[in-house]
Amino acid sequence: MSSNTRSTQQHYVAPVEETPLVAIDAVKAEGKPSNLWRDAWADVRRRPMFWISAAIILLVVVVALFPGLFTQVPPNNDCQLSNSNAGPAPGHPLGFTKQGCDIYSRIIHGTSTSLSVGLIVTVLVAVLGILFGAFAGFYGGWVDSVLSRLGDIFFSIPYILAAVVVMSVLSKYASIWTIALAIGIFAWPATARVLRAEILRVKNSDFVMAATALGVSRFRILLRHVLPNSIAPVIVITTISLASAIVAEATLSFLGVGLPSSIMSWGNDISQAQRDLRTAPQTLILPSIALSVTVLSFIMLGEVVRDALDPKARARR
Amino acid sequence: MAGYILRRLLQAIPVLLGTTFLIYFMVFAMPGDPVVALFGDKTPPPQVLEAVRERYNLDKPFIVQYLLFLGGIFRGDFGVSFSGEPVSDILARTFPVTLQLAAIATVFLAVGGILVGLISGLRKGGIFDASALVVSLILISLPIFVVAFTAQYIFGVQLGWFRTTVGSGAPIQDLILPAMVLATGSFAQIVRLTRASVIETDGQDFVRTAASKGLSRRRIVPVHILRNSLIPVVTYIAVDFGVLMVGATVTEGIFNVPGVGRTLYQAIIRGEGPTVVSFVTVMVLIYLIVNLLVDLLYAVLDPRIRYVK
Repeated sequence: MSSNTRSTQQHYVAPVEETPLVAIDAVKAEGKPSNLWRDAWADVRRRPMFWISAAIILLVVVVALFPGLFTQVPPNNDCQLSNSNAGPAPGHPLGFTKQGCDIYSRIIHGTSTSLSVGLIVTVLVAVLGILFGAFAGFYGGWVDSVLSRLGDIFFSIPYILAAVVVMSVLSKYASIWTIALAIGIFAWPATARVLRAEILRVKNSDFVMAATALGVSRFRILLRHVLPNSIAPVIVITTISLASAIVAEATLSFLGVGLPSSIMSWGNDISQAQRDLRTAPQTLILPSIALSVTVLSFIMLGEVVRDALDPKARARR
Repeated sequence: MAGYILRRLLQAIPVLLGTTFLIYFMVFAMPGDPVVALFGDKTPPPQVLEAVRERYNLDKPFIVQYLLFLGGIFRGDFGVSFSGEPVSDILARTFPVTLQLAAIATVFLAVGGILVGLISGLRKGGIFDASALVVSLILISLPIFVVAFTAQYIFGVQLGWFRTTVGSGAPIQDLILPAMVLATGSFAQIVRLTRASVIETDGQDFVRTAASKGLSRRRIVPVHILRNSLIPVVTYIAVDFGVLMVGATVTEGIFNVPGVGRTLYQAIIRGEGPTVVSFVTVMVLIYLIVNLLVDLLYAVLDPRIRYVK
């Protein structure tokens, strides 16, 4: 009965002239192509939080590269015990530490330490995280099992505790490089996990199948097609890991297993000042502010970038 | 469910072996004499060096050393502290204090964080939401020792509301300030996770169905939205347990809370390497067990998890 009705049913045929199909099919060649990065930049540009954090980061980088532009007072050599914990004096706007060193100069000269550790850790975490995450996610199977279990092991030791152990053993060799290595070796699994999940999502896309059909090699597909399309969450987590690395260095230095006291570091200065919290709180609070503002600016930048790169987060705003 | 528990327990074994091996490897496979390195700048008396060598079986091949160390852990033997007290005895004394501190901190986190996150999520884009975002970003950026000193200075020294140091045998209310400090480390993350989860749940079909059935908002929010938003938050609290333990080390050290954290803190400060290794091992084991328990709890809360391979 059904076949009967269908054959007798009247079909509605749209008059072709009414919809200009040509206009629908045409690609606007002169319009700007839309992609994730361009959209993200357009989004980021409109947000004051981006400009504020970018300005602070720029300032911090300039201070780290050229401390001489901001202070002429040497941070270590000019200390006089008679100035111990003294308040501001002409030429010394923030006063003096317990050893009678200029606080302002020490903060300025400590900037490059924090930033260097943060950068080295971030590069290390990005390289290890991308290697492990990309191979585990893309090749799957036993490669994934081995790499992911390895990541689980490193992930299960909180990285500051791990760095405490490494630095207790390596205390004789403590430097910016060893401390960055101690943090970075244990901080990469989070990045690897994020990238692995993203690659699992991307690798089943049509464009990957198209590349495979064209005979592109597996490795080349990973490098040219899958990785560039799954790197966005890695960039977000990397920005935030820079902030965490700065905090980790300060925490280790605070615990006394970080940098030797000969290296200028905010964590060291805070650690030294803790006993004078009652009598000279400024010696502790001022480097703490420098540390917190730097960390805050990287966290804010990560936040803005996350919102811009993740359409889901944009919807939540 | 039984299959899931078994699978999860089996998965925990290689991680357990791997982490203990990694810690052991980091200490005892380093170049030079690991025992001397563990004491840093200090030169301990030869008897102490000899005792540590004997304790860690350093005359035997590396893998045998590790297996003996592992065997000790399974028998509850975590070594001897610098003063000669067995680490397991110290744990028995200090663990309850840390547990109390962590419990109070978790209550602050769970009640405060979830409440603020819920309100933020329900009133997305409002003034409350915007200020909660700013405050949470600032809290994330403050290292825990900065928070601890600031709290100690403002509430302890200036206002005199709390005692600045806790010490042994102190009443439980002395733990409130350290617990609040400990909670700040994860507070912001809990707020933001709850907020995101609430916004996502609020857009689900079953919430719309509930509203169209004529249920009041007062019933929908706790029963339909909050309960379904909490699953990722509960898991996060477990993942974040590692942050809580590092935080406890610093917080207990600064406030002189006689817990596991302070013992580790003092061992680090004094450069007592072997004690540090023992306590880090213990903390990693606790972290693994908590994560295992929460994974199991997660399967109870969310039946979908059990069927995922």
